[in-house]
Amino acid sequence: MNQLKLSRIVLNLSFMVYSVICLIPLLLVLSVSLTDEQSIFQSGYRLIPQTFSFDAYKYILFGNSPILRAYGVTIIVTVAGTLFHLVISSMFAYSLSRNEVKYRNIVSFLVVFCLLFSGGLVPWYILLSKYLHMKDTIFVLIVPYLVSSVNVVIMRNFFKTIPESIIESARIDGSGEFNTFLKLVIPLSTPVLATIGLFVAVFYWNDWFTAALFIENSELYTLQFLLQSIMNNIAFLQGNPLTLRAAAMQPDETARMATCVLAVGPIMITYPFLQKYFVKGLTLGSVKT
Amino acid sequence: MKSKTKRSSTRRPLPFFSEIFRNKTLYAMMFPGLLFVLVIYYLPMFGVVIAFQQYNPFKGVLKSPWIGFKNFEFLFKSDAFFQITFNTIFYNLIFIILGIGLALIFAILIDEIGNRFLAGAYKSILLLPYLLSWVVAEYLLFSFLSVDRGIINHALQYFGIEAVSWYSEPAYWRFILPAAYVWKNVGYFAVIFAAGISSISTEFYEAAKIDGASKFQQAVKITIPMLVPITIILVLLQTGKIFYAAFGDWGMFYTLTKDSGVLFSTTNVIDTYVYRALKTMGDFGMSSAVGLYQSCVGFVLVLASNYLIRRYDRDSALF
Repeated sequence: MNQLKLSRIVLNLSFMVYSVICLIPLLLVLSVSLTDEQSIFQSGYRLIPQTFSFDAYKYILFGNSPILRAYGVTIIVTVAGTLFHLVISSMFAYSLSRNEVKYRNIVSFLVVFCLLFSGGLVPWYILLSKYLHMKDTIFVLIVPYLVSSVNVVIMRNFFKTIPESIIESARIDGSGEFNTFLKLVIPLSTPVLATIGLFVAVFYWNDWFTAALFIENSELYTLQFLLQSIMNNIAFLQGNPLTLRAAAMQPDETARMATCVLAVGPIMITYPFLQKYFVKGLTLGSVKT
Repeated sequence: MKSKTKRSSTRRPLPFFSEIFRNKTLYAMMFPGLLFVLVIYYLPMFGVVIAFQQYNPFKGVLKSPWIGFKNFEFLFKSDAFFQITFNTIFYNLIFIILGIGLALIFAILIDEIGNRFLAGAYKSILLLPYLLSWVVAEYLLFSFLSVDRGIINHALQYFGIEAVSWYSEPAYWRFILPAAYVWKNVGYFAVIFAAGISSISTEFYEAAKIDGASKFQQAVKITIPMLVPITIILVLLQTGKIFYAAFGDWGMFYTLTKDSGVLFSTTNVIDTYVYRALKTMGDFGMSSAVGLYQSCVGFVLVLASNYLIRRYDRDSALF
């Protein structure tokens, strides 16, 4: 009995250590962003700030920096992308889940095949930029990801578990197909829609790659791409003529880290409320594929 | 009845159109998604012909001149060819084995924690890094590895060891990249496995306990075999991602290393190579050839892992 207790303690301790490993990097960045620029020059990054200062945040929020604009772009892309993704994919998946649709298997195969083979980056890039003319527009950040094979398969499998008799009875009551979908199927599917929506939102929020490929207009920079540019080019903030006059006083290292904190912020704030759904959604996806 | 007689009296309508007409609402709902799949996923597949062209953006795919295998010749002769092939396969193998293996162990251990609240908390914390972007991960990593301010070098100096310049020594990245991958993804896989474990009937464990099986024996003889189907799906999906530029985890190779040329010998993979060829050189034909080569490598790897799986367990294989 004692041995069992001991192993429990060891187990818990090791998981606590690993949890700390997961959290400490975030804590470090947060504390750097709250440190006075001077003390970073002197003693480097510290886990606990030696001298507190909110200068970095003041500078970002009130100093004409491009970050607020990037925030706006990212929010628009995330909200619109998630919404359209859910609408298009759920309608698609629903029609694939219905037995009376004769061609569902062919179309399902087309969807699954995308998981095995793709044209590659270059033809995809040429299609979007040259033939669909989406380069340097906000659409290019949204449109390429409106349907994902995996999500369609997960949703389709979920819709299949809704008993046929419910849909049948709606039809007898005179409900049209679309009405049934909207008023009956969607409310019954909120768990799967919520989780897929969450993951899609995280994907859009974190997407750096699309902006790097297609966006040159700095007004359309997304948050992650801006972060990437700042990291690559430390002089980015100083090079901005609007901020030049404050260059002497300007927090640089700390501002970068503060930008990072602001980019993670929404996820960190909402995660405690949403983590239940994340965990549940992964459960759904894994057991039912 | 009426419609049936009508159909036979007039010319028999094509079955395709009558099927579409009968379920027109459902097909209408399918249409936007299907259109998307055909345009965004399937049209680019025809674009692989660019690999055999001297692609000219002004002439387009249809009118650019053909040059046969010249693009491939250039690729196969270049020094980077072996490097990117080796690195791609090396890292992906390590990622799959380490990531999925550790996640399996974590999931089994989390299940052993009696306290439900604590187990839930560990799961949530483990999953957290998965939600951060690689760009953010780059910032986090930098705060540890920065040469003059990083916390690791500070610790080293505190103990009187000389500071290490992490961003200029390729060898370190063979360890840093897998560690970063595991840090970010292990929670995701672990939660999936934990879900699988919770769906295993408790009767198996009770029977095993009566027969006197230890915890370890239970894990090896019951839990792991029951998780084989999920493991296989994960392995195949991860293998498939190797040739998925936009959706794979290749962003880490680019961002974490800050695209640093000094580190290429251990950090250059096919994806970063294609991206660079496209973005900085603008050489469409060549980068398309690399992309096609990548698709083939990925396809072979999926087929190979599927073959291995089929030898082990016929039913779990994809095809």
